[in-house]
Amino acid sequence: MYRFKIFSSPFFSKGVGGIFIAVILGIFAFPVWAGDGLVYGLGTRTNPEEIAGWNIDVGPDGAGLPPGSATLSEGQGIYDMKCARCHGVFGEGVAGKPVLAGGIGTLGSHEPQKTVGSYWPHATTLFAYIRSSMPFDRPRSLTDQEVYAVTGYVLYLNELLEDMGAGINAQTLLQVEMPNRNGFVADPRPDVANAACMTDCLRNAPKQ
Amino acid sequence: MGVGAPYGQPSRFESEVMRRDIDWLFPDERASVNFTPLQDLHGIVTPNGLHFARHHAGVPDINPDEHRLLIHGLVQRPLLFTMDELMRFPSVSRIHFIECSGNGTLEWTQAVMPTVQFTHGMIGCSEWTGVRLSTLLDEVGVDRQARWILAESADAAGLARSIPMAKALDDAMVVYAQNGERIRPEQGYPLRLLCPGFEGNANVKWLRRLEVGTRPWMTREETSRYTDLMPDGSARQFTFVNEAKSVITFPSGGQQLRERGSYEIRGLAWSGRGKVKRVDVSVDGGNNWETAKLQQPVLSKCLTSFRMTWTWQGEPLLLQSRVIDESGYVQPTIRQLRKVRGTRSTYHNNAIQTWKLDVEGKVSNVQI
Repeated sequence: MYRFKIFSSPFFSKGVGGIFIAVILGIFAFPVWAGDGLVYGLGTRTNPEEIAGWNIDVGPDGAGLPPGSATLSEGQGIYDMKCARCHGVFGEGVAGKPVLAGGIGTLGSHEPQKTVGSYWPHATTLFAYIRSSMPFDRPRSLTDQEVYAVTGYVLYLNELLEDMGAGINAQTLLQVEMPNRNGFVADPRPDVANAACMTDCLRNAPKQ
Repeated sequence: MGVGAPYGQPSRFESEVMRRDIDWLFPDERASVNFTPLQDLHGIVTPNGLHFARHHAGVPDINPDEHRLLIHGLVQRPLLFTMDELMRFPSVSRIHFIECSGNGTLEWTQAVMPTVQFTHGMIGCSEWTGVRLSTLLDEVGVDRQARWILAESADAAGLARSIPMAKALDDAMVVYAQNGERIRPEQGYPLRLLCPGFEGNANVKWLRRLEVGTRPWMTREETSRYTDLMPDGSARQFTFVNEAKSVITFPSGGQQLRERGSYEIRGLAWSGRGKVKRVDVSVDGGNNWETAKLQQPVLSKCLTSFRMTWTWQGEPLLLQSRVIDESGYVQPTIRQLRKVRGTRSTYHNNAIQTWKLDVEGKVSNVQI
């Protein structure tokens, strides 16, 4: 993985000295050689302004949350108009479409209800998903302000925010304590050990 | 008499070989799945038009000349690539399966779906051609602190998944071709991520952006969805690998044997951890097993065909197959899985499938 093949690269002898120097300098910075360590000089350099136009993700630490603020009352207006048709006025879901509210405390039961309030570990995910993907038939049609507003209102429907007049912004979003924030575990598989028995297996098998 | 059409189609007598969907499974056909007709296929390669398709907000119609891939984040040189540029990189072709983690999701509590198309048809296997992701990461110069990469789709769902850097550097690819032609729109045209052995949605289609970072982004599709709920209310996250699984495709649910005599039991086996080592077949509900023949080639993270000659004498039988992969993992029974995971984990059901053959020659889906 950390091979330095550049020295034997055919590209070294083909007049891409500038790239070669850049790569050598890179060694003293901190790049990881991912594959063969070759650079082909393809692609166009971008700048932070261009990247900002593409970069719509949000991290659980709040990285990527845009400036802006809205109230939950504004969120109710937008939600009732653009979201309730599928998700229901109270977040109860309509005709099989995702239920957004309720279900807290049901995850260990026989009929678990996985909603924003009962299941989602991070409020930032709600903001990111509404911004990138909702409303279903008109994704990315909401302004950042409107996304804050709807995010806040969905948290209100889950009783995770209470004050309809309060502002929701990057800072207050990060302060929301999601009930299931500690509910996720790493993949422990393989978690089941079957035996490759060949003969009389059912008779010999331990009762399950 | 006919002549060669510009783009050939199967014989008109094969018109029943098609993808099918379950109209009650999802509330909107734009967020649905089309199942591969495994019962009608031969060998390990899935025809492109029959490869299962799971989409979260429809299939976008993307002009490749306008499509770009942005790679940014913890890199030295954030770069924007055109399709032409991506196709100038050294290319590799590899044959891998892609399986939705929801394959078999309806079978957790009891046998539900009538045919192998619906019990196991969220899988396809193709020769994929593209660029190793590690090649592209060399091009941008990845920072040493990098541990995860966000892969984002250009579809209306903006589907995004965080992929471990170790996978990106191991065998992940950015692919533009499938079985000799450019990938189909429903497979991510013009560009998709391929993470061999990982659950389907990690192979992000319509790939437009890769961001290198230090921690996962906790996107909707790796928190609210594609996490496995356990009986104690905890949920497993980043359950990427599809563990070893096999199924008999002939005789399988819904099929009818018309007479006694010689047949060949046929099926498919695969593992997200590597190669298939062995497949055993039982006709008595798992009491006695016999090792099947594997068709070469047996490739890593790829469908493997198995077969066994067999004579049906008219007796009722319970047919099963059980795969063992090169890690030594043995495909479990549904009872073993339920004992650990309960019935509400939704994803990663890789249990041994049982087909019941009755005295009339009719085959149906059962659990024992």
